[in-house]
Amino acid sequence: MMKRSNEPVFWSLFGAGGVVAAFLLPMLIFITGIALPLGILPPEALAYDRIHSFASGWPGKLFLLAVISLPLWQSAHRIFLSLHDLGIHRGREFCRWLCYGTALLGTLIPLILLIRI
Amino acid sequence: MTDIEKTIEIEVMRYHPEQDASPVFKTYRIPYASDQSVLQGLQYIKDYIDGTLSFRWSCRMAICGSCGVMINNQPKLSCKTFLRDYYPGKIRVEALQHLPIERDLVIDATDFINKLESIKPYIVPREARSLEQGEYLQTPEQLARYEQFSSCINCMLCYAACPQYGLKPEFTGPGVLALLHRYNADSRDGARADRMQIVNAEEGVWGCTLVGYCSEVCPKQVDPAAAVNRNKVNSTLDYFLRFLMPGGGESG
Repeated sequence: MMKRSNEPVFWSLFGAGGVVAAFLLPMLIFITGIALPLGILPPEALAYDRIHSFASGWPGKLFLLAVISLPLWQSAHRIFLSLHDLGIHRGREFCRWLCYGTALLGTLIPLILLIRI
Repeated sequence: MTDIEKTIEIEVMRYHPEQDASPVFKTYRIPYASDQSVLQGLQYIKDYIDGTLSFRWSCRMAICGSCGVMINNQPKLSCKTFLRDYYPGKIRVEALQHLPIERDLVIDATDFINKLESIKPYIVPREARSLEQGEYLQTPEQLARYEQFSSCINCMLCYAACPQYGLKPEFTGPGVLALLHRYNADSRDGARADRMQIVNAEEGVWGCTLVGYCSEVCPKQVDPAAAVNRNKVNSTLDYFLRFLMPGGGESG
């Protein structure tokens, strides 16, 4: 019998990250990187107090965690697989830890910071 | 110039293991005709220039899946590829990539056949029926679920295209996984749990990184990449559901 792969765990995070990266990140980039600097949105839209109260509630915390963490898992998985596609196999375990480790840190640090708000 | 006076060059990979240390290329000049396939070009070489050239072929109409070769570095059926698509340029014909060569353009398909057998490529009846009970009925909707994946002709072009198979020959590979899906998606079949064990393994769908070249080269529009990706979803459901459902997921 063949051994069951644990890949579904990483693939699910990859898939969820792909959805966030495709649907939410362009909007966030537009709001924070284009609309606010160009004055399309009023500067108060992202005022400290507003965002602080948004990040104080659980729906806000979850949203922020999702948009920070999930695209990192998506990128980590894609970069790790692309190394394999390109035939780069040296230091494979190191690359695995580097890719998924970055995503894990990018999940744990915001998680702790968000809980403490 | 009329077609009769035109010629085209075909460079063919030659390899006779009893005398060659590694494959070598030989160039042949053959008469050109716009309606001639590359397979007919190879047949001209064998009949009129060099009878020692070996290649597989049978039906000449993209049904049998025997004549797959690399043509100018792309996996193609030589019967379905025409000299006119390359004229006046040169054509380079090689044995399918990633597969061991027996002689010239003839590859050893043992690994593919073993993998194909491992997935039970036939319907294992979900329920036994006697002759009196008649045939197994299927709605058009049930047929549509697997019909596309049943068009596979086992030509192995997708294996020559798949970089994962080239890097890791243990990978079950696009064609066999598409056929696995064809039987798993069939309403009459009852061997899904057995096949899921192959799907769930690293050598199953998880060996795929979704390059997608398999679907591009498929001469029958089977879209193996879609079959593999659907089974990544199936395998993920199976992975997590076994924690929730009594008795585990469908493959335990």
